[in-house]
This record gives sequence, structure tokens and C-alpha cells, in this order.
Amino acid sequence: MQLTNRAKKLEKKPMTLAERAYLPAIFQGLSITMRHFFMKKATVRYPEEVRPFSNTFRGLHVLKRDEQGRERCTACGLCAVACPAEAITMVAGERKKGEEGLYREEKYAISYEINMLRCIFCGLCEEACPKAAVYLQPDKMAPPRYERDEFIYGKDRLVEPVSPDERSVRGIQLTADQATTLRARIG
Amino acid sequence: MIELPALGWQSIVIFVVFALSLLIATYCTYAERVIAAFLQDRVGPDRAGPYGLAQPLADAVKMFTKEEFFPGGANKALFVFGPCLAMITALMSSAVIPFGNIMNFGNNLFFLQGIEVNIGMLWVFGVVSLGVYGVMIGGWASNNKFSLLGAIRAASQNISYELAMGMALIAVLMISGTLSLRDITLQQSVAGEWHVWNIVKQPLGFIIFLVCAFAETNRTPFDLPECETELVGGYHTEYSSMKLGLYLFSEYVNIFVVSAVMSVLYFGGFNFPFQYELRDWFVSSQGWELASAQNLITLLGTVGLFLKIFAFIFFFMWIRWTLPRFRYDQLMRLGWTILIPLAVFNIVLTGGLILAGVI
Repeated sequence: MQLTNRAKKLEKKPMTLAERAYLPAIFQGLSITMRHFFMKKATVRYPEEVRPFSNTFRGLHVLKRDEQGRERCTACGLCAVACPAEAITMVAGERKKGEEGLYREEKYAISYEINMLRCIFCGLCEEACPKAAVYLQPDKMAPPRYERDEFIYGKDRLVEPVSPDERSVRGIQLTADQATTLRARIG
Repeated sequence: MIELPALGWQSIVIFVVFALSLLIATYCTYAERVIAAFLQDRVGPDRAGPYGLAQPLADAVKMFTKEEFFPGGANKALFVFGPCLAMITALMSSAVIPFGNIMNFGNNLFFLQGIEVNIGMLWVFGVVSLGVYGVMIGGWASNNKFSLLGAIRAASQNISYELAMGMALIAVLMISGTLSLRDITLQQSVAGEWHVWNIVKQPLGFIIFLVCAFAETNRTPFDLPECETELVGGYHTEYSSMKLGLYLFSEYVNIFVVSAVMSVLYFGGFNFPFQYELRDWFVSSQGWELASAQNLITLLGTVGLFLKIFAFIFFFMWIRWTLPRFRYDQLMRLGWTILIPLAVFNIVLTGGLILAGVI
């Protein structure tokens, strides 16, 4: 029964002597594998060689500071609401007198935690943030850890250090050269 | 007839050959992984040491520190004896292989060969076919049906292919007229005469021998005794720790030995082209003594033999990562209905050519 007009009639021809002898096919196969022997290898030797990230890569989060080094986050909770994976939790607190140099607004996050095992790195928190406080860095990933609770990143690991030189201390450590080239490429 | 060298020298050579076989087998495990990786566009193990060269050590430590497991109902003594026998037989066969010609130190002649006997080839065959007992005993003592099936496969495969292999060898012996591996080597290059390696006289025989060598060492495409898709792990399913290591190791030692045998039988052993011309050149235009020139040629020949062996080992691995494994009935059909008749035809052909005075 013919179902379509694209059906191809195949004939099973008897094998030729060369095909039956099997040796030509073996040499053909050997030449193919030998070609692969000299091909460029697909492997990236990871810790020594870092595969370049895309400049829109969404990696490890950072809580930014403003120009005067104050935390931008006001613990409004919009990021937690936007988060589809429910990875973000925070506790809001009121800024006290004398803390104006630490927090930009009267309200701030006493604790701010992101569970990197839940996070899907979609970047919706970054989009939701009205204060431009949370960002997904393009050059860092959450590194492997032995314990699950080590994946819950608190403010100690999320907030950007005051001095810019201390960046890249957390997350995947890039060498100075790699960081420079990446920053230059990202602009 | 050159008088036999002292027993002390022989034991030194045997010890060196023993150590070399182990070393080469060790690095075969590394080479296998690297070659496999390269043929598949990967880079292979490169973490342990520079270029991963300490990887065999790491593997050995892993093997030695793993749990020793004895399956219930296994015959303990035979279970231990199996891998030992496989290893012993693999190591024994390299004793008669001539790794080099004669060294001459102050009119004392030293063979670069463990034992020079006039039945060298017979010794290799005898010992190598004992090796299948290691597999059989191990597979049977495991008290596991997969192990037993693997062992049965190994036994029948080895017996089938040994026939064709032996007959391919007979054609070589018809030309050489001797079983001594040293004499076979020397015949492939005689000073002052134009001699060629046996591969030119025995191309068909070589192909038969090569195919059978793959089957004898249980290598792909004939690795049905350890065919993991059908038999879990084959004869070493129940083995763990260094007992498994010995089985895997003996396979590599066997590859080394069979590569050496093929180099000696068909590729001129320690001979290399223009060796006599090179020796004479050292004597005539460099003013060397004949003995020291000969010693240099001997050393170069040993290096050459090892290069041939390594080329064969590479070929074994290259084939392994190219060809899929045969089905068992295909394997048997190839052995009995193709290789054996071809080998008989090769004998007849060789006989005819000898009668005609061509070779």
C-alpha cells in the first residue's frame, strides 16, 4: 500500500566482493578516525581555560552600592515577588540615625538571601528592581559547594564590596587578565 | 654457533624485559585513554601530573585500595588463581623475543634476548594459549553465569583463531625453516645480500596473523568475552580491586607481546634498512672499531624494534576505537570458514612459490 508519493523503493543488492571482504570498509573507517585524531579538540580544560561568557550571560547576583558606597536595596520585596522560583527572601528594617552612610533610604534589608539551588537565573529580579540594586553579573557563576546550605547566599556574599578591587573575590575567581578582557568586552 | 651468554646476563635481560613489559603495559592504559580521546575529539586524562602522565599511578592506587570482593559460592582458590595465571602467562612469553642483536664488550658477546632457544615461536604459542586458562578458570570460579559465558566465549574464540594463526605462521616457517625467533629475524637481513622483510613475502599471512592476534588478545572487534552489552563484564564481572586490574593488565601485556611477535615475524625485528651500510660507514669514514659500530647498530635496532612495537600497539588501539564488535556467529564464521581456508591457501601458495624459486 502506497501512503505517499515520496516513498522510495529500496532494493537490497547483493554485496560486491569488496564489501564482503570488509577490509576496504575498515580502511575507510580507520581513515575517518585518523582524521579526527588530528582535529581540533572540543574540550575546554576548565579551571585553566575559561570558556568566554556571552556578554548577556546571567550569572551570580550582586547587590549594588551607589556612588557613595551606600546599599541601594530598600527591601521593597519586588524581586521576591517577581522571582518565579521563589529563591529570594528578605527581612526589612528601618535605618537608624547615624547609618545614613550605609543605607541610601530609610528602609533597608536586614537580611537578604538568595538560594542559588532554587534560582533559575532568569533575571526577572533584576528587571523588577526599582532601585537598580540587584544585578546578575555576566562574569561569575555560583561555584560548586559540598553542602546545600552553602548555596544560600546572604548579604555577606551578595553585597558588592566597598572597594572595587575586592570584586571577584566571591564566585568563580577569574584571573586578572580574564577579568580585564571580560570587562573591556562588556564595556 | 655463538656460545650461549652467561646465566647472570640472561637473568638481567629477563628482569629488564619483565620490568619493561610492565612499564609498557602501565602506559598502555594511559595511551589507550588518550588515543581514545583524541580519536573522539577529546583530550583525555590530563589532570594527574604533566599531560596526565601520573594517571596510571593514580589508577593503580585506586585498584589497590578498592574492596576485595569474593562472590558467594565462588571457589576462592581458583578465583584468585585465575588472574594470576593470566598475568603469569602474559609475562612469560616475552622471554624468548629477541629485543636486539648482539652487544660486544671486550670480546664478550651479549644477546639482547632473554632466552635463545630453537623453539622460540613454539614457546610463545604454548604460553599464550595457556593464557586462556586464566580467563576460563576465573570465569568458572566466579559462580556467575555471565562470567561463565564470557569464559566459554574466550576459550572457543582462542581455540578457533589459534588454528588460523598457527597456519599463517607455518607459511613463515616454510620460508625460514626455523622456529628460533632470533634466526627468523636474522634471515630478514643478511649482510651483503638484498633481503626483505617477511611482510613482502607473506602479505596474506600477515593479514591473517594480524586478525587472529586481535582475537587472541580479546581486543575489539573480537572482545566478545568481555562484551559488556551482553555479558555485563564478561569473565571479569565478579572481579574487583587488583584482581580485576591483573586481568586488564595482562591484556595489555599480551598486546605488547603479540606486537613484538608480529614485528619479529613480519617486520624484520631489530633490523632496519641500510644498517650494514651505516655500520660500514662508521668503520670506514669515521674510523670506529667494528665492535663499537656493531654495538651502536644493535642499540639503534632495539630502538627500531620498540618503535615497530609501539606502532602496532597504536594500531590495536586505533582499531578498537574505530570498529564495532562482531556478533558471535560472525566471529565464528570468520574464523572457521574464511581465515582457516585462507591460511591453508596461503600455505599452498607459499609452497608453490618456494618450489618455483621465487621466495
